[in-house]
Amino acid sequence: MPLLEIKNLQLQFGSGPNAARAVDGVSLSLDAGKTLALVGESGSGKSVTALSIARLVPSPPAHYAGGEILLEGRDVLRMSARELRRIRGGVVSYVFQEPGVSLNPVFRIGAQIKESLKLHRPEVATDAEVLRLLKVVGIPAPESRLRSYPHEMSGGMQQRVMIAVALASQPKLLVADEPTTALDVTIQAQIIELLRDLRTQLGMAILLITHNLGIVGDLADDLAVMYAGQIVERGRSREVLQRPLHPYTQALIRSVPELGADVERLTTIPGSVPLPGAFPTGCRFHPRCPMVQPQCSVQAPELALQAGRQVRCPFAESATLQPPALSL
Amino acid sequence: MSVCRIRHPPTARAVPVNLLEVQNLKVHFPAHQRLFGRVKEFVRAVDGVSLSIAPGETVGLVGESGCGKTTLGRAVVKLIQPTAGRIVFEGEDIAGMNGAALRARRRRFQMIFQDPFGSLNPRLTVAGTIGEALDIHQLAPDASARRQRIDTLLKDVGLDPSHAQRYPHEFSGGQRQRIGIARALAVEPKLIVCDEPVSALDVSVQAQIINLLQDLQREHGIAYLFVAHDLAVVEHISRRILVMYLGRIVEAGDAKAVCRFPKHPYTHALLSAVPVVDPNSKRQRILLSGDVPSPIHPPPGCPFHPRCPVAEARCRTEVPALREIGPGRWAACHLAK
Repeated sequence: MPLLEIKNLQLQFGSGPNAARAVDGVSLSLDAGKTLALVGESGSGKSVTALSIARLVPSPPAHYAGGEILLEGRDVLRMSARELRRIRGGVVSYVFQEPGVSLNPVFRIGAQIKESLKLHRPEVATDAEVLRLLKVVGIPAPESRLRSYPHEMSGGMQQRVMIAVALASQPKLLVADEPTTALDVTIQAQIIELLRDLRTQLGMAILLITHNLGIVGDLADDLAVMYAGQIVERGRSREVLQRPLHPYTQALIRSVPELGADVERLTTIPGSVPLPGAFPTGCRFHPRCPMVQPQCSVQAPELALQAGRQVRCPFAESATLQPPALSL
Repeated sequence: MSVCRIRHPPTARAVPVNLLEVQNLKVHFPAHQRLFGRVKEFVRAVDGVSLSIAPGETVGLVGESGCGKTTLGRAVVKLIQPTAGRIVFEGEDIAGMNGAALRARRRRFQMIFQDPFGSLNPRLTVAGTIGEALDIHQLAPDASARRQRIDTLLKDVGLDPSHAQRYPHEFSGGQRQRIGIARALAVEPKLIVCDEPVSALDVSVQAQIINLLQDLQREHGIAYLFVAHDLAVVEHISRRILVMYLGRIVEAGDAKAVCRFPKHPYTHALLSAVPVVDPNSKRQRILLSGDVPSPIHPPPGCPFHPRCPVAEARCRTEVPALREIGPGRWAACHLAK
């Protein structure tokens, strides 16, 4: 049994004809100790999918229109408030993008880590355990940091503290939602290295939410690419990055400038990401797709197995044969 | 190979004039100021930087947050008053200039900001935002000329002229950044300082904006000072790159050369930290330990030595000077060859 299994999740904001379906039929599964990356641009629905795992999307306004989120075999969408409190932190912990916003500015960081311990492991809610956690996340001179406030630390150190808070409850699943986006590249490399070490040491599963394809290859076993509320491609991350099948994945990979690449002009994806509630008919990528066919605007493609992975495009195989010249 | 316009007669000056020449620029901010006390400490955000930009050239400026790159960019266009140094723009020192004299010069240099949400007035339509720039510099003699100019500008940046009466909130991030670019272009500047113009945008939109900036440069011969932390983007768009650390330039040179054969250990580490999409890449990653030190109390000797993987004894005491180690190649490191 996988640790996390999301089946056909439907999440919408509002109701009636104006409802914006932010997540539309997303299915994912993640085994214990593995890492899954969920990649997409803003508005693709990746963050609300991740937040749904612990029912952190306030509802209303959000409304779960269907599907299941099985965490250790039990459906999160049907849990009582009491059960939800147990799994939040106890089974799944979160690390968010802005460490400066996630930490409470008026409490010392030692107290914030201890709070998580008191809730989930009261028997070890001691300074010694807090120190151990600070050491695990690689904070230098942890004794002197116990009584620091968040504003006295740099962004990278704050993110390490956030990870320590998340780890304090010994979760089985760590959801890292854009954990390095607000950080410099050098600090980003440190945090990725830390997450990788933690996964091996603690055997924790990681769901990595990001728009940065570069950090996916470093960390993730599997990769799911989201566009406009749906998964468009899902498979082993190495394979997807090396030979992307869906036109969106291909365009996304090509629009990232690579160091040392000698290109005159970057390939672009014309237009912009559609907003939930205003998704195009048929294939949601068709207005921006370089190899659009007449039927794409009419018929919505299904996620289908192609070359050992799931792709939401009936022309995916042929598409890879003729790399299109994208240009705006 | 670039053809530089000579603005002065050759007798007055033999070398072609650079569009911008910054000499030993310093920007210090007071720290821990007491109500009546004297300021004892300063944040040396920019501490003796010299650079030059030729007409139509793109110079990239990279570094981690807190290194002073944004402050330098803003000081160059006089949005921040420099503490010391010269900013020679088209042969005139604008460092001490202000008031009407400076306002007249502002037509020649503009800025594009990082945040496409915060840098546009939410209560002005697109036409209002762009028109304001035209009005200030009296570039539109009458209403119809003004309207025509706005239409042309919107077309130039890839927006639909029929959207001129819309407000910023009706546009996506990428479109808003295009409005910011149109506003900068309105006064026909020769230099645009781009402060992280694409880092707030989606990956698929980033490439559109970078291509747009390059097209505009080709058409109008604008020079860019391109400030960013993403080395891959900077390498792509720039002819030369400056690497900044703790308020100083630590390496400078041709963009391709700096990215392929970095001479300063800091540049080396920055490059190796850039994430790569290709999972088969066998790049050796140099993990820098620690953060950028405080610019109030920079470490003695080489400011990079506490994080440097190859630091020697003299690095802890002697400040390395920025020296030319090859043609057009500069590095501030005792060990660079």
